[in-house]
Amino acid sequence: MFSTVLPYLLSGISVGGQYALIAIGYTMVYGILRLINFAHGDVFMVAGILMVYITASGAPLYVAIPLVLVMTAVIGFAIERVAYKPLRSAPRMSIMISAIGVSYTLQNLVLYITGGLNQFYPSIPFISETITIGGASTRMVTIVTPILTLVLVILLVLLINHTKIGMAMRAVSKDFETSRLMGIKINSVISVTFVIGSFLAAVGSVLYFTNYTTVIQTSGNMPGLKAFVAAVFGGIGSVPGAVVGAFIIGICENLLKGLDTILIKAGWSTSMFGFTTFSDAFTFALLIIILIVKPTGLFGEKQTEKV
Amino acid sequence: MTKANPLLKPKKLDRATLISIVIICLVYVLAFVLEQVMPASSMLFTVLKKGATYALVAVSMNLLNGFTGLFSLGQAGFMLIGAYTYAIFTIPVASRLSVYQYYNGGLIQFSLPVVIAIVLAGVFAAFFAFLIGLPVLRLKSDYLAIATLGFAEIIRAIFQWDKIGFLTNGSNLLRLFPTFNDFNIRNANGDVVLYLSTLVPFVITGVCVAFVMLLINSSFGRAFKAIRDDETAAEAMGINLARHKMLAFCTSSFFAGVGGAMLAMYANSVQAKSFTTAMTYEVLLMVVIGGIGSVTGSVLSSFVFVACSEWWLRFLDQEQVINGWKVPLLRNGFRLVVFSLIIMAVVLFFRQGIMGSKELPDLFRKRHKLAGKGGAKS
Repeated sequence: MFSTVLPYLLSGISVGGQYALIAIGYTMVYGILRLINFAHGDVFMVAGILMVYITASGAPLYVAIPLVLVMTAVIGFAIERVAYKPLRSAPRMSIMISAIGVSYTLQNLVLYITGGLNQFYPSIPFISETITIGGASTRMVTIVTPILTLVLVILLVLLINHTKIGMAMRAVSKDFETSRLMGIKINSVISVTFVIGSFLAAVGSVLYFTNYTTVIQTSGNMPGLKAFVAAVFGGIGSVPGAVVGAFIIGICENLLKGLDTILIKAGWSTSMFGFTTFSDAFTFALLIIILIVKPTGLFGEKQTEKV
Repeated sequence: MTKANPLLKPKKLDRATLISIVIICLVYVLAFVLEQVMPASSMLFTVLKKGATYALVAVSMNLLNGFTGLFSLGQAGFMLIGAYTYAIFTIPVASRLSVYQYYNGGLIQFSLPVVIAIVLAGVFAAFFAFLIGLPVLRLKSDYLAIATLGFAEIIRAIFQWDKIGFLTNGSNLLRLFPTFNDFNIRNANGDVVLYLSTLVPFVITGVCVAFVMLLINSSFGRAFKAIRDDETAAEAMGINLARHKMLAFCTSSFFAGVGGAMLAMYANSVQAKSFTTAMTYEVLLMVVIGGIGSVTGSVLSSFVFVACSEWWLRFLDQEQVINGWKVPLLRNGFRLVVFSLIIMAVVLFFRQGIMGSKELPDLFRKRHKLAGKGGAKS
């Protein structure tokens, strides 16, 4: 029984870690701007494409990976400056539409550059290796992901709680206008948020695409949406919440993918139900349930609507 | 000396409305005449048919996002329900065995007339919207957006489930149902004597959009706008929020469903896979380009959007040589890049869109200089 579940559990933890890295970007941006950054999933995808092209140009991995991380952070910064900053005083719907526009633009740009073909992600020596845990064969990335995710999250939490810029971020997410009156440079705080979010998404993309091996312009959609659900699930605005939510979603989704096999092997069922079809739908069902039962999520703060 | 509030005056057909009606009629006549004289393979008709389809969907989305202030992103899901309903009920009995080849001809062994199937498409979409709306409409702005988007994805997954393949044909295509081209009247030899394949979508869209216009100008429409402008104030004025939101949501989904049926007729086949979030985004961008809160704008921008993406910008996808100079950058996909940059420019710098919140008759009211810029409103 356990040996049947283990591989699904492992890949669930791994995918969960990757979602977590993306979800942090959503949750931080939402915490500060009250904006669902629909383009975040596409930033994640662009990081994957950058990696493909940079390694194809002959750069060794120890150059390529840092370069991808930096370039993605710059892209995140640029998107904020070009598409969101001019709309700071506009209604929230306008910024959300702008985010959708950015998402559309990034996808079309990548479609143009790649010609709409699947791009093969380079294999990264250490984390692509196959290993065996408890009888289940998996890749090194499965082990590396949760560890790396936790390390990065702890660093981020330290940054938010113990540095000056972290304090500024907390202040801005608490009250945008007042923190501005207190002399906090809103624009630089927002830029830092986008840089951190995009950087983590790029780390996530290195891990994610090592597992899935191909990148196409729509690759960012599903992971992006799921990471967003994870952020809502954990309580949007809360970094630890996003991480917990992401792990729960990653694990549930993968267990659902394997549920048919697990049930048959355990002798509880004799036919395939086709649960795999619902692995994506499940995430959204979870989202809707959480929104109705506890709209602030697991760790979210209670917010009162101001009139 | 204050002027009487125009809202309180009894409605009269003024000059501007009359001009608008004449323009709309002319557009219909033009569409009909063009179809008789031009070759049926012309790109124009593809654009007109697809444009009319998207016009309806964009208007339905505008009713929700622009007039009621409910930011919903579930349009693709309701289109999917509409498209499937239409397809499932209209595939001729004789063709069912070949369409549902893996499911022994499927469950339903009858087919309904096209008009009834279109109405049913809307009814089913509205019914699902009702079920979804019960829990979801309590949510605010961006949470509502993401929840409706989630529902669209769930619907897409359910329709591809092979356990209900006897209805939906699983993840396989539904096809062989009546399409727009089947509205052309043919003689005994199979030659077309009267082309109607463009006029029919125009008529369907026209009827639906007219209904939406009537709704918007009714007391319901004013309640919708009140909810959009200030929910708390609207509630204080005695507007039943839950009922009006639900009404807007179901009406919008009804027309999205009809739009889905039209899309099925346009595309000749239906597959759940194609009703993605990207489709909703495209419709949303049409609404934004046209002007949030303007039905005329949505209709106009749908045609422009479709024309640009299918026709006018096509040249960007091919290599061009001018006087021996090869224009750089032009290759497959460049059209979409240019197109998305234009959209970004509209979103960032022309937030009013084409029409702002004005309607066609408004163009003839205040400034007469604008007259003649009417354009197509189906």
